[in-house]
Amino acid sequence: MGDKNAIEVEGLVKNFRRVNIKGGYTSLKSVLLNPFAQYRKEGERVLKVLRGLDFHARQGEMVGLIGRNGSGKSTLLKIMAGIYKRTSGTVRLNGRVSALIELGAGFHPEFTGRENIFLYGIILGLSKAEVKKKFDQIVAFAELADYIDSPVRTYSSGMYVRLGFSVAVNVDPEILLIDEVMAVGDVGFRRKCEQKILEFKKEGRTMVLVSHDLDEVAQFCDRVTWLNQGVIQEDGPPSQVVETYRRFITGQDGVRFRDGSDRWGDGRIKLTGIELLDKDGHSRGTFRSGEPLRVVLAYAMSKPTEDVAFGVSLTKADGTHVFGTNTHLDGLALEELPESGRVELVLERQDLTNGLYHVDAAVHSRAGEPYDYWTKATSFTVRSDLEYDGIYRPPHTWKRP
Amino acid sequence: MSNPIDHITELVRFRNLVGHLVAKELKVRYRGSVLGFMWTFLNPLMLLSVYALVFSVYMRIDMPGYAAFMFTGLLPWIWVQQSLIYGTNSITESESLVTKVTFPLQVMPTVKVAAALINYLLGLPVLFFFLIVKGVDLSLNLLYLPLVLAVAWIFVWGLALLLATANVFFRDVQYIMANLLTLWFFVTPILYPLEQVPPAYRVFIKLNPLTLLMAAFQDIFFYGRPPQVGGLVVLALIGLAVALVGMVVFDRYKESFAEMV
Repeated sequence: MGDKNAIEVEGLVKNFRRVNIKGGYTSLKSVLLNPFAQYRKEGERVLKVLRGLDFHARQGEMVGLIGRNGSGKSTLLKIMAGIYKRTSGTVRLNGRVSALIELGAGFHPEFTGRENIFLYGIILGLSKAEVKKKFDQIVAFAELADYIDSPVRTYSSGMYVRLGFSVAVNVDPEILLIDEVMAVGDVGFRRKCEQKILEFKKEGRTMVLVSHDLDEVAQFCDRVTWLNQGVIQEDGPPSQVVETYRRFITGQDGVRFRDGSDRWGDGRIKLTGIELLDKDGHSRGTFRSGEPLRVVLAYAMSKPTEDVAFGVSLTKADGTHVFGTNTHLDGLALEELPESGRVELVLERQDLTNGLYHVDAAVHSRAGEPYDYWTKATSFTVRSDLEYDGIYRPPHTWKRP
Repeated sequence: MSNPIDHITELVRFRNLVGHLVAKELKVRYRGSVLGFMWTFLNPLMLLSVYALVFSVYMRIDMPGYAAFMFTGLLPWIWVQQSLIYGTNSITESESLVTKVTFPLQVMPTVKVAAALINYLLGLPVLFFFLIVKGVDLSLNLLYLPLVLAVAWIFVWGLALLLATANVFFRDVQYIMANLLTLWFFVTPILYPLEQVPPAYRVFIKLNPLTLLMAAFQDIFFYGRPPQVGGLVVLALIGLAVALVGMVVFDRYKESFAEMV
């Protein structure tokens, strides 16, 4: 790691104009009728996303950016990438920058993979000769040799993302800004991305990784910066910052919420959070196959209710239902529950195969009438060294004749 | 960066990208259609047939070689029209590039104007064929074409930059432009020669910069005479003014594009 800074951000402030709820876009009519509307109520219309932030990365360093949604991580990344304009402060980047914000942005669906590689490569700043030189490498990395002359509209979303990633990392960036892109794609692809990142680290490239996967951050980064409401809350060694951050989010509202959930029920009892813990009680998003898994449900009761059952069900990302149970089925008595509290389901071993699993959580009457049914309340990834078929990996051995 | 010279240097620096995007633009337009690239020629020909039917059969305009005259102006008009329509939408339509990729945005309007220009150049053989069939003598004055195109480019390109910027903030611009262009087409002497306009109204027609431009095209192709220097100079000055304003406005606002698109 060099001692020169590759990224220097000082006193960075970013305000967004809050977009009008009614119109979405300003129309000419609204401006003509009310030309000064946008200057009125200035204070209310401005969203302060970054509030005077200092951030730096040394050459060859990999820095993780963590924080809750809306804390300003992506905004910081987009300002460093030159996509958003800063409101004030200074931003200096020394070296060729490549930003992985959305993979394959700029692909044209009617064009073949080959044409898109050239187009995207040139958009990202390569010359035609450079793309030509790296073409085989890009195709091999994306594993698309058989499809390279088909239009990308015929690609699966996984193929699309693989191609986008492959071009972007082959641009030879000195500074790589990564926004959560490794969360897409299957486990095999994810592993390839990780290998590529390790390779980049060895080559001394500077990287900034925005991620919600705290294990990933802790595993790869040399340093972690935690953003909270537009300022740096903590900055330091990964394990330490990740740990404080975990304690912060679990302490703050009991258990964490995930976005994009879908829920129904009459709400007399509400699930206020769900958390997945390992055997030591640490919140995790990734588990090794066979590890214990504890599902913690936090609830709050608005009306005293006696007829209560809590349920948890696991579904693999492809829709295969893996396991489901509830407290009634397992014969757990739940009379005289406190008004709020936590219920925990302990799986001594989850012998699952590689992949992404969704967790549905529910609180309902013993007959199944829903109070709060929360589909995809959270999800987790299982990793194992071997790619087994199916969903279940019982402990097993072979015996030869 | 709000210096017009920087704007141009940046464009030159990214000429590779511009070239590639122009090629993409041309390739993609007719991809998926059976006749493909042939549409580059078929489109203006069909438009020409429509106007030829209306104006030399139904509402006879008395003028020798009318169809050739009309085609001479129609082709550059299509260039202007495509440049302005596609140019207006150039930023708003490339949302994913604007918000997800570090990208020199000023290439977008330029790409649209350049692609439309190439379309025009591809239409030229058809025009020559037409002129020859209609017995119009081609003269050496055709050598003025690059000059005329250069002057026209400055004007059209500057306008496209301005419109592209305006459309990011007011989506109304694209709809207004679509209608305004129809009006502009009919008040510009393309379907009729300037002499057909009653003298009292010619002043208004002459206030239109495109009148000067069309006159230049008609001079060198149809009448076989050099373009009027005065007209070209005036057009160039208007064009430079528009282009300067266009570049300054575009650069002033381009950093907000990602938040507005």
